[in-house]
Amino acid sequence: MNIIACVKQVPDTEAQIKVKADGSGIDEGGIKWVMNPYDEFGVEEALKLKEKLGGDVTIVSIGPARAMETIRTALAMGAEKGVHIDDPALNAADAYATAAALAAAIKGLPYDIIFCGQRAIDDDSAQVGAILAELLGVPQVTFVTKLEIDGTKVKAVRPIEGAQLVIETSLPCVITATKGLNEPRYASLPGIMKAKKKPVDAKNAAALGVSADAKSKVAKMVPPPARPPGKILCADDTPEGKAAELAKLLREEAKVI
Amino acid sequence: MAKGVWIVAELRDGAFRKVTFELASTARKLADQLGEEACAVVCGSGVAGIAGELGKYGIDKVYVADNAAFEPYTTDAHAAAVAKVVKDNDASILLVAASFQGKDLAPRLVGKLATGMASDCTDVKIADGKLLAVRPMYAGKCFGEIVVSATPQIAALRPNVFPIVESAKAGAVETFDPGLGDLKTKVLEVQKEESGKIDVSEANIIVSGGRGMKGPENFAILEELAAVLGAAVGASRAAVDAGWRAQSDQVGQTGKVVSPNLYIACGISGAIQHLAGMSSSKYIVAVNKDPEAPIFQKADYGLVDDLFKVVPALTQECKKLLG
Ligand SMILES: Cc1cc2nc3c(=O)[nH]c(=O)nc-3n(C[C@H](O)[C@H](O)[C@H](O)COP(=O)(O)OP(=O)(O)OC[C@H]3O[C@@H](n4cnc5c(N)ncnc54)[C@H](O)[C@@H]3O)c2cc1C
Repeated sequence: MNIIACVKQVPDTEAQIKVKADGSGIDEGGIKWVMNPYDEFGVEEALKLKEKLGGDVTIVSIGPARAMETIRTALAMGAEKGVHIDDPALNAADAYATAAALAAAIKGLPYDIIFCGQRAIDDDSAQVGAILAELLGVPQVTFVTKLEIDGTKVKAVRPIEGAQLVIETSLPCVITATKGLNEPRYASLPGIMKAKKKPVDAKNAAALGVSADAKSKVAKMVPPPARPPGKILCADDTPEGKAAELAKLLREEAKVI
Repeated sequence: MAKGVWIVAELRDGAFRKVTFELASTARKLADQLGEEACAVVCGSGVAGIAGELGKYGIDKVYVADNAAFEPYTTDAHAAAVAKVVKDNDASILLVAASFQGKDLAPRLVGKLATGMASDCTDVKIADGKLLAVRPMYAGKCFGEIVVSATPQIAALRPNVFPIVESAKAGAVETFDPGLGDLKTKVLEVQKEESGKIDVSEANIIVSGGRGMKGPENFAILEELAAVLGAAVGASRAAVDAGWRAQSDQVGQTGKVVSPNLYIACGISGAIQHLAGMSSSKYIVAVNKDPEAPIFQKADYGLVDDLFKVVPALTQECKKLLG
C-alpha cells in the first residue's frame, strides 16, 4: 500500500488570535504551532493501515520552514518519508492553489489512498481534500469516522445530520478524517530520534509546475463581533427563583421559547 | 458574462431541507441587489412535483434533474449534475448549504469548475457588483471577508443563520439532463439515529451538558428539559470522551458547529474549543456553579448555581409557561 497523508501546521487550538491593525492577516507573534488536529486522525489511520496491510506512508505538507516540525512529528509517529512544499507564494495560497500544489506533488508519487483532515482549524475552509480528489480524478469520502479496506474495495462511514452513511468506493481515493476515526498516537522518544534521519524532499511551485494564482482571497480580517455583556440572574438567590427568572426572560425578552 | 444567483437545493427522503429555503431566500435578496434572476438546481428522485415550491421563497427558475442515482446523495452524481447545469448557464454566484452534504459537494464543485469559494459563511452581500462573504475563521476567533475572483463565486451558508423569507414569485420549472457518467461511490446503508431524536446541527434549541453532569445517567435531567422545549441534547468533548454521550452530539472545534436560537450550556466551562462550535448561537445561557467559568463571558444569561438544582426547576418553569 502506498499511503499519503497530507498535514498542515496550524496555531494551537488554545492560541489567542490577534488580527493585524490593517486587517491583512493575523499577528503570528507568540503563536505555538501544532499539527492540525484533524490531520492527526489522518496520519493515525494511515499508520494503522500500513501496519495492517504493509507498505509505507508519505507525509506531504505545504508551509514555511517551521512546517518541517510538523512533518517530523508525523515521521516520528511512524511515517517513512516526507515532501515539504515551501514557497512564499503557496504559503498564502487559497484552497484551490493549495490542492493544485498537493495534487502536483502526489501525482509524482505512487499512491493507493490519500488522507487529509476534514478541515484545517486555521482557515476552517474544509475544501482541500475534495478539490484534491477532483484534481486527481479519484473519488472522495469526507468526514470519515470508520474505514475498512478489502483489496481495492473501500467501505467508509460518515455522519450526516441525524444518520450515518455507509459508503462504498474503490482505491485510489481521498479520505478526509474526522474525530471518531481513531485515537492518534504520540510520537515515542525512539520515534523522534529516528525521524531526524528520514528523508524529506523539498519542492516549490516552479518545481511542481503549478501557479499560486488564488481564485479567492481574504480581502480583510476583522475581530469577531462583540457580544453585549450578559445578565447574571440572582432572583431570590434560590435555584427556583433563578430558574423562574430565566424562563421568564427567555420567553418575554429573548422570545426564544 | 456570467449572470444569475443560483442555489443547490438540498433534499432528504424526497423533501427539501429547511436550509434550502434559507438558501433560496438569500439568493432572492442577492439577485434583487444585482437585478438578476435567482435559480435553483434540484437533483433528486421523484422530485418534479415539489420543485415549484422554491418559487415561494423567491426562485425564478428551477432546474430539475430526476434520477434514482441522486437519492441518497453521492458526491459523484451531484457534482456532475450541478457542475454541468451551472456551467451551461454561466452562473455568476452559487450558494450551497454548509451542511454535511454541502461541505462534501461544494469543494468538489470548486475543483470541477476551477473556482473559489467561501466556506461556512454567516453573512453574504453584494459589494461592487460582486459577492462579499463573511465567515468565522480560526474557530471564530476572527472573521474574514472573502472575495472570489473566478466564476461561479461559490459560498456555503451556515444553516440556521440566514432568514427564510416568503415571496410572491412563482418559479418556472425546467428539466435538464445531468449527463451522469461513471459513478464511483455508492451508499450501501443509511443508519438512522433513534427516531424522534433531533440532531444538534438542525435544532433551534440545544440543551448541552459537560463534565459537570458527573455521569451518563444524569443527562436524564437535560433530556427532560429538552423534551419540554423541543430541543436537542448536545455535549462537550469531555462528556463525549468519557463515553457519556455519542460522538454525534459533540459540539465544538472537533465536534459540530451549531447555530441554534438558544444554547443552554450546563456544567460546561466554556473552553475555547467548545466556544468554537456554539458562539454563533443567537442566545446563550450558562448554568455553572463556578462564577469564574469562561462560559459566562459569552452568555447572554448566566445562572451561577448547582445545575442539579437549577435544571429540574427550569424544566418545571418551562412546563408552566409552555404547557
Ligand atoms: C484539539 C482539541 C479539540 C477539542 N475539541 C473540543 C470540542 O469539539 N468540543 C469541546 O467541548 N471541547 C473540545 N476540546 C476540549 C476542551 O479543551 C475542554 O477540555 C472541554 O470542552 C471541557 O469540557 P467541559 O466544559 O464539559 O468540562 P470542564 O472544563 O471540566 O468543565 C466542567 C464545568 O462544570 C462545572 N460544574 C461541575 N459541577 C457542576 C454542578 N453541579 N453544577 C453546575 N456546574 C458544575 C464546573 O464548574 C466546570 O466549569 C478540545 C481540545 C483540544 C485540545
